[in-house]
Amino acid sequence: MAKTATYSLIASYTIPSAAASYTFSSIPATYTDLVLVSSPKVSTNQEAVQVRFNSDTASNYSFTQFGGDGSATFSYRASNVTSIYLSNGTSASNFGTGIFHIFDYSNTTTFKTVLGRFSEAAYVAWADVGLWRSTSAINSITLNVSGTSKTLSAGSTFKLYGIEDAK
Amino acid sequence: MAITKATNAGFASNKYNNVSADNYYMEPIAKTLVGSGGTSTITFSNIPQNYKHLQLRTLSKSDYSALAGDDTNNMYFNSDTTYTNYRTHRLNGNGSSATSNTVQSSGVQILAAGQSTRSYTGYTSMFGCGVIDILDYTNTNKYKTVRMLAGSDMNGAGDIAFHSSLWMNTAPITNIVINNSVGNFTQYSRFALYGIRG
Repeated sequence: MAKTATYSLIASYTIPSAAASYTFSSIPATYTDLVLVSSPKVSTNQEAVQVRFNSDTASNYSFTQFGGDGSATFSYRASNVTSIYLSNGTSASNFGTGIFHIFDYSNTTTFKTVLGRFSEAAYVAWADVGLWRSTSAINSITLNVSGTSKTLSAGSTFKLYGIEDAK
Repeated sequence: MAITKATNAGFASNKYNNVSADNYYMEPIAKTLVGSGGTSTITFSNIPQNYKHLQLRTLSKSDYSALAGDDTNNMYFNSDTTYTNYRTHRLNGNGSSATSNTVQSSGVQILAAGQSTRSYTGYTSMFGCGVIDILDYTNTNKYKTVRMLAGSDMNGAGDIAFHSSLWMNTAPITNIVINNSVGNFTQYSRFALYGIRG
């Protein structure tokens, strides 16, 4: 039997021109965790890229975050909200970065827990833990920008990896 | 230009390793998925010594229900429970403020392996998580360094933690034990150990 990689690229996308959103769809249920690696730029400086699962736009999300902006630390909590923040983008030349873990994403018994660390070099470094209050298996991930009429900029990249189960 | 190769052998060397996340450098070692009866302790023993680093990925819940909140899981290497052999520096966020401290005290959790949500009312189906990197775990010339990012969110409660930890022992790590300070791990808690080649 051919050896399969434990950490595999499922899909990769580079935004070709300003876009309101991007969706990873038909995510295979064959892994145990997902890792979303992002390098975004957005239409309005320092706005957050946000994530939703399975097209759920209801207030089924929450997150707790902390970070530092170069002069002070902060911690913030959002409850009963419509998305989880993924990463900050920047409208300047530099892109934000983010690594976002989605644990046991195909489990149909537990709510979905996520954990990420992000930075935008000219603005902030931060991390968050989040919850999607659904027991549904995650089969799609939609990315957009917080705020009305804000867009993902050309050149933003998003790579979705799957981690195989450690049986 | 994309970065595709890396070396520590100097520019004159032809010894380059491919740099790619999509490869065979991460391999599964073992997993514990807690069953319906719950369990107090997770043990990884006889850890193979042929990797460069280890990564532990946790998703866990404790059966403690008296009070709201979450707890960091305790971790020990090679059955060493002597607290003076460990030290941790922490950065924590509780949703309103970020704080930092260092820990080396008897009876206090020092080395951590993820966070567990408690079984408090309203916390059904909510689990804490963690990604723990154990670096150069077989090296007999170094104390062992651990990095952890972990957290629990319970929609109105929870916290997130970043730890840098040290086990002051040069022995290679062959055994990892994990438990929770307030209760047992519940069903569906998962602890997965991976080896990273280097």
